[in-house]
Amino acid sequence: MAELVAVIASTHHPFYHRASTSVGEDRPPFADEWVRKIESFRETLTRARPDVLVMVGSDHFHQLWLDNMPQFLVGKAPVYDANWHNEEREFGLPRMRLNGQEDLSAYVLREGLDAGFDLAFSNELRIDHSITCPIITLRPEADLPIVPIYTNIFAPPLPQPKRFVQLGRTIRQLVESWPSDKRVAVIGTGHLSLELGGPRQFGPHGPDPQFDQKAVGWIAGGDVEECLAEVSLDSLHLPGNATHGFMDFMLMMGVAGAGQKADYVDTYDLFHTMEAYFTWYPNGSPS
Amino acid sequence: MSKYLLNKFLFTVDRDPALVERYREQPRETVTWWEATEANRLLNCIDDERSTWLAFDAAEREALATHDYPALFDMGAHPFLTLTLFIAMFERDHEPMGFQTEYARRLADRTLPYPDIAT
Repeated sequence: MAELVAVIASTHHPFYHRASTSVGEDRPPFADEWVRKIESFRETLTRARPDVLVMVGSDHFHQLWLDNMPQFLVGKAPVYDANWHNEEREFGLPRMRLNGQEDLSAYVLREGLDAGFDLAFSNELRIDHSITCPIITLRPEADLPIVPIYTNIFAPPLPQPKRFVQLGRTIRQLVESWPSDKRVAVIGTGHLSLELGGPRQFGPHGPDPQFDQKAVGWIAGGDVEECLAEVSLDSLHLPGNATHGFMDFMLMMGVAGAGQKADYVDTYDLFHTMEAYFTWYPNGSPS
Repeated sequence: MSKYLLNKFLFTVDRDPALVERYREQPRETVTWWEATEANRLLNCIDDERSTWLAFDAAEREALATHDYPALFDMGAHPFLTLTLFIAMFERDHEPMGFQTEYARRLADRTLPYPDIAT
């Protein structure tokens, strides 16, 4: 069976690419420390020597639209083109192209459907920065095949938080039962407190540092039940109007497992949002 | 009221660079044209299969025609769509991050709960 060699949860900050590649007067004062933190985080994936990446993210009204909106969607394609015009325009993100691990996509779809998740699928999916940001930060060579999994954290009505956790648990079961000798890492990105298009956006910190502190504690400690007891679709409006992206962190807590403390935890308090980086090694830390 | 149609306008304009410029320069004309020719276009379908029922109400039409993004917020237009398109149109007129912070300032008197964005 395949081996789950790393579980990684991260924020996906679309400004990292521009900040990290800018020079001279254009380079923001927080860039050097941000790059240092990212390179340290990247090492946690590199050490796990993955062959395949399962990438959990959320389309930002790029390919998925309100006339036909899936809740959970698995990409099943040999190739994924990546990044969209408005992401080049606003964030300076490059066009990218990633290979797909199509047999694992097929396995996740078949077995996921049979496990009680009515997963949508796409045979031609152009992925966006929720998946390319962690490629840029964690695997900039972009040389590993992926299975993209999109969740709807964006267009209500949304699935309940517990459903994200359950899907995370199922993804782990499917990866570990996949008949393959591949080494698989599951990487998911979301948000802590976040406001977009509202009065609390682009402040000196994330809109709710107290929520961020609590959320980092839940994730780092694997406190899934405590998190589920406090977080609801209604409560996530309070820390910031885009904070439902935190449910992708909850999904990753489901992948990592209840009570599993993260092996690597780091945060970075930036303007607009707090960055947060977590890695678990389900089978022990690689040597 | 059609939050969906407001979102459809923001979504379809944002992804077309020529339309972004047209809406920046001629907002009322763009909204009028869009409602007449594009509002009922079913995406990915031929023209003959267009919808028959989508239209703005007067307040929605006016908010779009006057670039009134606080009004769009109040109507429950998806804030990510509004923000993204308005950054594309107006960020260039400000210092770095200046438009984003002005945007927040213009919404500063809005309090929780925000308008429902469910469509």
